[in-house]
Amino acid sequence: MSKADIAAALRIVLPTDCLLWREEDRRPYECDALTAFRQLPALVALPRNEEQVRQVLKTCSRLKVPVVARGAGTGLSGGSTPHEEGVLLSCARLNRILEIDPLERIARVEPGVPNLRISEAAAPYGLYYAPDPSSQVACSIGGNVAENSGGVHCLKYGLTVHNVLGVRGYTIDGEPLELGSRAPDGPGLDLLALAIGSEGLLMVTTEVTVKLLPRPPCAQLVMASFADVHSAGNAVAAVIAAGIIPAALEMMDRKATAAVEPFAHAGYDLDAAAILLVEADGTPEEVRDQIAEIQDVLRAAGASTLRVSQSEAERLRWWSGRKNAFPAAGRLSPDYYCMDGTIPRKHVGEVLDAISHMEARYSLRCMNVFHAGDGNLHPLILFDANDQDSWERAERFGTEILELCVELGGTITGEHGVGLEKLNPMCVQFSPAERAAFAAVKEAFDPAGLLNPGKLIPTLARCAEYGRMRVHRGALPHADLPRF
Amino acid sequence: MSASLDAVLAELRGRVTAAHGARRALRLKGAGTKDFYGESLAGEVLEVTAYRGITDYEPSELVITARCGTALSEIEAALDARDQFLAFEPPAFGADPTIGGVIAAGLSGPRRAYAGAARDFVLGAKLLSGDGEILNFGGQVMKNVAGFDVSRLLCGSLGILGLITEISLKVLPRPRAEETLRLELPAAAAVESFNRWSAAGLPVSGAAWWQGGAWVRLSGSPPAVRAARERIGGESVEAARARAWWESLRHCQLPFFGSRVIWRLSLPATTAPLDLPGDPLIDWGGALRWYADPPGDAAIREVASAAKGTALCWRGAAPQGRFHPLPPALERLHRRLKERFDPHGTFNPGRLLKGL
Repeated sequence: MSKADIAAALRIVLPTDCLLWREEDRRPYECDALTAFRQLPALVALPRNEEQVRQVLKTCSRLKVPVVARGAGTGLSGGSTPHEEGVLLSCARLNRILEIDPLERIARVEPGVPNLRISEAAAPYGLYYAPDPSSQVACSIGGNVAENSGGVHCLKYGLTVHNVLGVRGYTIDGEPLELGSRAPDGPGLDLLALAIGSEGLLMVTTEVTVKLLPRPPCAQLVMASFADVHSAGNAVAAVIAAGIIPAALEMMDRKATAAVEPFAHAGYDLDAAAILLVEADGTPEEVRDQIAEIQDVLRAAGASTLRVSQSEAERLRWWSGRKNAFPAAGRLSPDYYCMDGTIPRKHVGEVLDAISHMEARYSLRCMNVFHAGDGNLHPLILFDANDQDSWERAERFGTEILELCVELGGTITGEHGVGLEKLNPMCVQFSPAERAAFAAVKEAFDPAGLLNPGKLIPTLARCAEYGRMRVHRGALPHADLPRF
Repeated sequence: MSASLDAVLAELRGRVTAAHGARRALRLKGAGTKDFYGESLAGEVLEVTAYRGITDYEPSELVITARCGTALSEIEAALDARDQFLAFEPPAFGADPTIGGVIAAGLSGPRRAYAGAARDFVLGAKLLSGDGEILNFGGQVMKNVAGFDVSRLLCGSLGILGLITEISLKVLPRPRAEETLRLELPAAAAVESFNRWSAAGLPVSGAAWWQGGAWVRLSGSPPAVRAARERIGGESVEAARARAWWESLRHCQLPFFGSRVIWRLSLPATTAPLDLPGDPLIDWGGALRWYADPPGDAAIREVASAAKGTALCWRGAAPQGRFHPLPPALERLHRRLKERFDPHGTFNPGRLLKGL
C-alpha cells in the first residue's frame, strides 16, 4: 500500500485539515518523550470527533495499514513511536470535557484532555482527579489510560486503573466497545483492566469516565535527612509498618538533591546521603496527628534532621525540587535516560548500592529519585547522545538495573510502560508461555495485528537473539561482580 | 515449597493436562461456598483445597501471597495479627471460602464503594493452563505495567481462563477508628446523603439502607471520624452490634437473604429509586441494590438497563441466564479470549457465559 493510496482513502473520511502528509508537518510526531527512538509516520490523522476516529480505523483495517494512537507524546518508553508505513492517529483534538457530575463524583472526558485540566474543571466542586504523573500539565488522559500512569500519590490513591470507571472506544475494525461502567462490577470478564495499560495495542479510546475525589482540605510535608541510603530505605518500611499510609513517600539521593538545588532552591539538605519527603493530607486535625506520628517513626529510624513544612508555599517549594528532577538532569548532562523499575520496598538500600557500583563500571553518572512508598525507582542515567558509545553504555546500564529489579522480585516497569524501549527486558521477566498469553490477548482484540504493532510484546525471535547475546557475555552480565 | 505441596501441585497439573489432552471438562472447586454463583456447574470436579498456605506475608510491604486453596479465615487471621486486613471485604456466606475462589468470583463487600473492589487489590497471580504451564502475571509490587494486566483479568473470571494457583494481594492497615451511625431516612434521601457525604470528603467506609434506616460506617483517623460523626448526626451504634450488622451485610446473612428469589442490581451510585415493587436493600452508597421476589427477568433487566446498570439473578430460577447479557461486541471478545486461553474448553465450561 503506497502512502498516496492511504492518503487518498483517508481523504474520503477526513476533512483536509485533519490529515498531515508533508514531511515538515509529520516531523513533530516522529517521537514521544523517549527521543532516542525516532520514526516518521507515513501520515498523521488528527480527527475531531469519535466518528472520524471510527472511519480512520475502518479505512486502515480495510487497507491493512498499521495505526499508532498518540495522546500528548509525553510517554517515556516509545509507546507512541510511529510506524514507518502506518498512520499516526493523534487524539489531541478530542479534547472536550463532556460531563462532570459532582454528586456522583465522576467526569466523562475525551482522551485528549490533559490530566491536570480534569482537576481544574472539578475544582469548583471541591473535587479532583487523583493520579498525578509529573507530566500532568501536558499528558492526556487517553495516554494515561494506555500506560496505566501513576504519580507521586499512588500509594494512597492508586494508579489510573483504580481511578478510571469506564472507557469507550473502537477496535481496529471500527467496532464500538464500552468497557467498565458507572455501575460497579458489571457482568463478564474485566476487560477494562486489560484495556488500561494496554499501550494502544487493543483499541483506540475515545471517551474516558474517571472517578473524582474530594480535595483534602489540608496537606503538610515532612522532610527527613539520612546519613546513608540504607537507613532511609528502612525508614520507608518503618512508616508503612507503623500502619501509616502517607499521601506521598518519596526519596531522593544526594546526587539528585545536588542536581536540583541550584535552580529549584528547594532548601534540601545537601549533606544528607538521602532525603525522604513524606506527605500527610486530610482535615487539619488528622494531618496534625499524622505528621506527629510520622516524625516519631522517622526519628526512631535514624533521621538526622526533620523539618515540617510551615506553609503551603514551603510545601510546594519542597515538592518543586522533586518535580524538577528530570529537567535538572537535563541541565547536568546533554541527555538523560530515565529508568522505571519497581522492587519490594525492603530492597531499596541494596539496589541503590548496586547502582552506585554500576556507575563506576559504565563510567556514567546516575542520580536517583524514587517513589519509595511504591517501591518504584527512577534512576536517571546521564549520557551524551552524540557519543554512540555513551548511549550504548547507558542502555546497558539501564538494562542491568531492570534485570536486578526482576531478580529481586520486582518488575521492569512500574508506570512508564514497555513500548519499544523495554522489549528486551520483557524477555527476561516473562517466559515464552507468558509472552504467548500476551500475544493471545492481542489477537483476541486485533487479529490482524494492526494497532501499535511491534510494541509491548517482544517476538520469539527477538528474545532468542537477546538470550544469545546475554549468554555470550556470561549467564549474567559481569558475573564476576557482586550482585547484592 | 515443601515436598508434599510440590506433589499436590504436580497432581493438579497432571489432572489438568490429562483432562485437556482428553478434551474433558473440569469444574474447579475450592470450598464450594459459591456453587450457587455463575451460569452452570459442569465437568468433573477438581478439588484445589489441598494446595494451600500463605507463601509470603510482609506487613511492611503491604502484600500477602497465598496458594489458591488457602482458607480466607487463615489469611484474615494472619493479617489481623498485624493489624491489617483485606479492604475489599470479600463475602464468605457464613462459611470459609478459599482465596482462589474469592478472587475467581471477584465479589466484594460493603467497603467496595470506598476502598475498592477485589480486582483493585490484585497485584499478581499464577495461572495453570491446560497444557500444564504455570504462568506468572503481575507480581508482589504496588506498581507494575509490564505486559497486559492479566492478573486483574483473572479476578472475576470464574475460572474459565485456567486454574489460579497463587495470588498476591495488596493489604491495608486497619483504620485507627471506626464508628457506625444509624439514621431514620427514606431510601431516596439516604442515597442522596450518602453521595453528598462522600463528595464532602467525610471518611465513609460503608453506607447501606434497609427498612427505613440508613447505616453509615466511618473509618479513619480518630479526629476525622469524630468530625464526621458530628456532621452527620443520627444515633451512634454500639461497636459490637455495628460490627455484627456490617458482617451480616458483607456475608449476605441478613434475614433479607432468606428470600426465595433475589436479584442484585449494580447501578450508578446516585440513581433515583427504581420503579420496582418492594423496598430494596441498598449497599455501596446506592450503587448496589438488592431486591427480593421482584417481577420476572425481562422486566427487572429492563429497569436496570434503563438506569445504566445491570441486573444479576442471585438466587432463584434464571431461565435467561444469571448474569446481565453482554453486548454482542463484548461477547465476541469473551469467546476469542476463551478460545485462546483455553482452546479445548477444559476449565469451568459455561460458568461465566452460557456455551463458553
